[in-house]
Amino acid sequence: MRIIPLSLSVVVTLFLIFLLNTNWILKAPLGQLLSPQHGVWQNAEPANINYSEELSFPNLKGHSEVYFDDRLVPHVFADNDEDAFFIQGFIHAKFRLWQMEFETLAAEGRLSEVMGDKNGTLDVLNKVDRYFRRLGMRYAAEKELTLLEADPGTKMMCDAYTAGVNAFIHSVNKSKLPLEFKLLGYEPEEWTNIKTALFIKYMAYDLSGAENDFEFTAARNALSQADFELLNPIRPDSLDPIISIGTIFDKPGLQVKAPASADSLYFLYKKDSSSVPAEPQKPNKENGSNNWAVSGKKTRSGYPILCNDPHLGLNLPSLWYEIQLQTPNFNVYGVSFPSAPGVIIGFNDSCAFGVTNAGRDVRDYYQITFKDASHSSYLFNGEWKPTTFRYEHIKIKDKLEFIDTVAYTVFGPVLFDENYKGRANDGKCYAVRWKAHDPSNEMKMFQLLDKAKNYTDYLEAIKNLHTPGQNCVFAAKNGDIAMWCQGEFPAKWKRQGDFVMPGTDSSYMWQGMIPQSENPHMINPERGFVSSANQLPVDTSYPYYIGGSFPNYRGWTINKKLNKMADITPEDMMDMQTNNYNSFAEMARPVLINNIDGQVLSDDEKKYWDMLTTWNLNGDTTEKGITVFNVVWDSLKEVILSDELEQVKADYFPYESTLAEALIRNPALKFVDDINTPEKETLKDDILTALRQAVPVLKKAEAEGKLEWWKFKDTHVSHLTKLTALSRLHLPIGGGTHMVNASKSDHGPSWRMIVSLTPKTEAYGVYPGGQNGNPGSKYYDSFIDYWAAGKYFPLWVMKKEEMADKRVKFKMVFSKG
Amino acid sequence: MKFIISILLIALLSFVACLYLPWWTIAIAAFVVAIFIPQPPLRSFLTGFAALFLLWGGLAIWIDSRNEHVLSHRIAAVLPFGGSTFVMLLVTALVGALVAGFASLSASYFRKVN
Repeated sequence: MRIIPLSLSVVVTLFLIFLLNTNWILKAPLGQLLSPQHGVWQNAEPANINYSEELSFPNLKGHSEVYFDDRLVPHVFADNDEDAFFIQGFIHAKFRLWQMEFETLAAEGRLSEVMGDKNGTLDVLNKVDRYFRRLGMRYAAEKELTLLEADPGTKMMCDAYTAGVNAFIHSVNKSKLPLEFKLLGYEPEEWTNIKTALFIKYMAYDLSGAENDFEFTAARNALSQADFELLNPIRPDSLDPIISIGTIFDKPGLQVKAPASADSLYFLYKKDSSSVPAEPQKPNKENGSNNWAVSGKKTRSGYPILCNDPHLGLNLPSLWYEIQLQTPNFNVYGVSFPSAPGVIIGFNDSCAFGVTNAGRDVRDYYQITFKDASHSSYLFNGEWKPTTFRYEHIKIKDKLEFIDTVAYTVFGPVLFDENYKGRANDGKCYAVRWKAHDPSNEMKMFQLLDKAKNYTDYLEAIKNLHTPGQNCVFAAKNGDIAMWCQGEFPAKWKRQGDFVMPGTDSSYMWQGMIPQSENPHMINPERGFVSSANQLPVDTSYPYYIGGSFPNYRGWTINKKLNKMADITPEDMMDMQTNNYNSFAEMARPVLINNIDGQVLSDDEKKYWDMLTTWNLNGDTTEKGITVFNVVWDSLKEVILSDELEQVKADYFPYESTLAEALIRNPALKFVDDINTPEKETLKDDILTALRQAVPVLKKAEAEGKLEWWKFKDTHVSHLTKLTALSRLHLPIGGGTHMVNASKSDHGPSWRMIVSLTPKTEAYGVYPGGQNGNPGSKYYDSFIDYWAAGKYFPLWVMKKEEMADKRVKFKMVFSKG
Repeated sequence: MKFIISILLIALLSFVACLYLPWWTIAIAAFVVAIFIPQPPLRSFLTGFAALFLLWGGLAIWIDSRNEHVLSHRIAAVLPFGGSTFVMLLVTALVGALVAGFASLSASYFRKVN
């Protein structure tokens, strides 16, 4: 009889172990997760942790030392370049391994492998993995890798970096792996150079997606040409381009012409509304940035100052990792990308460099006519041309793998078709021609920039940047300042690629690339500064077509201020980077104010109206007027345009400032009339309607205590998995769209840097994150409050003699062994 | 006395095993100790239970206090513990305790059968 309690007890024990060792309760085994010797408790770093250690690896050539300061910024002093990059790989992995793995898996279309095909409401398989596979991310990375490994310099850099990452992966105790691996229940794989290439392509994806081809096509189909041009001008009225108006450009080295059939096959205004694109799947269109350099004649010190704040998605762990790398060949300080060697935005002993996004349209779509459903051949120049196929095996956690077959044409991969409709919801087949598919070696740019000594070196370095195009700012201690709008950009005829193009012959293909020397640039201009803030780089006198969706107002504010300023100090530059003045509102608010009659307003309406009219045009944290302005303006856009745009079956809306400029030009703009009513509405009617629609929204916000700007826009820095407990929410920070301090809800200045190029460099910086990616570390989010408050840390370019300085907290020694 | 010694031995053996082996070796540790130091079923269960409750609970409290609760605050909200460090500590201790308790109980019955 005693066998029964024994059996029962054994069964219960085994069942408990089994249950706690499966993913039934959570995504990872609960027993493993909670075991204080295996699971998440192991990631709870002692507050007084000591990172000092002595390490030896056979891959190293010499003896190197790394000093971590009180902000956990490593100052790497290596014997030789290879060891420096090995150590950078090791340190990146030590503090950021999970994010490196996660971001490169995402870029490769492999997230289903670790997250499953669904994660909450996100369709990981279809929305992320299949999209990146079909966009040809891996295909692009393979091409990048070929060039990267063909160049001895970048090959050395990446090989050493990869070896460093793997040295960490191999030496780390499994219980010390980053928390997120444990929560999601998987382990890191071996690092390879292709992962670095994938990361570069991920940035290309994020920063070279400035296209609205399907949305514009839908708008074209529904609107007349005059209306389309009115809503999508190729030059904003208040343009203040990167390269000053009046600059004389050389005769173009390349002449491009629209195909003869364009009028009948391409400019099909108001012809057809059958194409029904939907489901936008694009990078944040606010991806942008500010950078500028002022010459010594405008600064107090007499030396140039360079400033840069790239605006990107705000995430934890941060996209950036701060580092100083010193070898006998170079000494560079700045921010690096965990996943890639070198410093991306920073400065060395001679000069400083930074980037903003060029935002040029380098991704176009061609409609493909396949012979049959097999997609094995397509019509091209009058014959059936065979396709090649890539078979994408997508592994899915706890499920069978999914195989996607992607046809490749002369244009590129067929991104959308009847099996994957995506944005082109009509089931027709569209191939994507994306500049990032062309071979290039962007790592070369960083390798050369990090050791650049002067303008010539800088120019040689940036020529390697093909995609994503960037406005590369430069300043040197010898006094030079420069800006190049750099990238390899297709030369296009007017409106080429603004719409989906016919893909049945070669006539609509890109006819060539703009010669690098003809990229817009400015060197030591008379006005004493260069600047860029993602605005249109040039006036229409530039001999190539560039397109029109560029934010205008940050650049406008920056140029206006810099023009007036003299005797500039780094503190003045901090005030400017964190400035919340809204030039767009300065221009647009009079449209509202001049068209409303105070008497007709109810008490509620009057209250908010007064907030708007007395607002000081700054988006500071506690301002309420900006909240009212934004809600009323958003409402006005809808009131004026939603009736006309009803026929556009797409997620299409004109660029933000277009309507404001059109109304300033002509208050009797035809769109103000609501075409669905017999009455003839005027702008005054529309504004009153907009205000009345805005009042309930504002009242609700006020009732919830969210009328103050910082509460209304609600800036947060989210963990990459979007787990709120690992994120920092509700940050008290002003700024936002159109303001130099572009801090929006989940997007904004991801690194603020100011470098004064005095004989002893004086630099400041801050990013919204922390050096350690571990949520169990006090260094996880240690810069965020500082960042939100608009404060800066002095950037310490350490000299090895300063090793006894009290800022040095830990020392890691790397030697051959 | 048997009770106290068993608790200490199970805790010690579990701690050493978990330095190198998977978390569930705590069950083997509890079983083995309870085989060599037999006790009546209830007492045997309580021995395993108490050993791991104290070991895992104690380790977690120690780690948590050295960490100044940075991690537990966050993870207690990611895992279904309502954001409470206390609940997370309690569940940690209970998970270990239950597994070791039943393993220890099984050992007690095993001795009786043989």
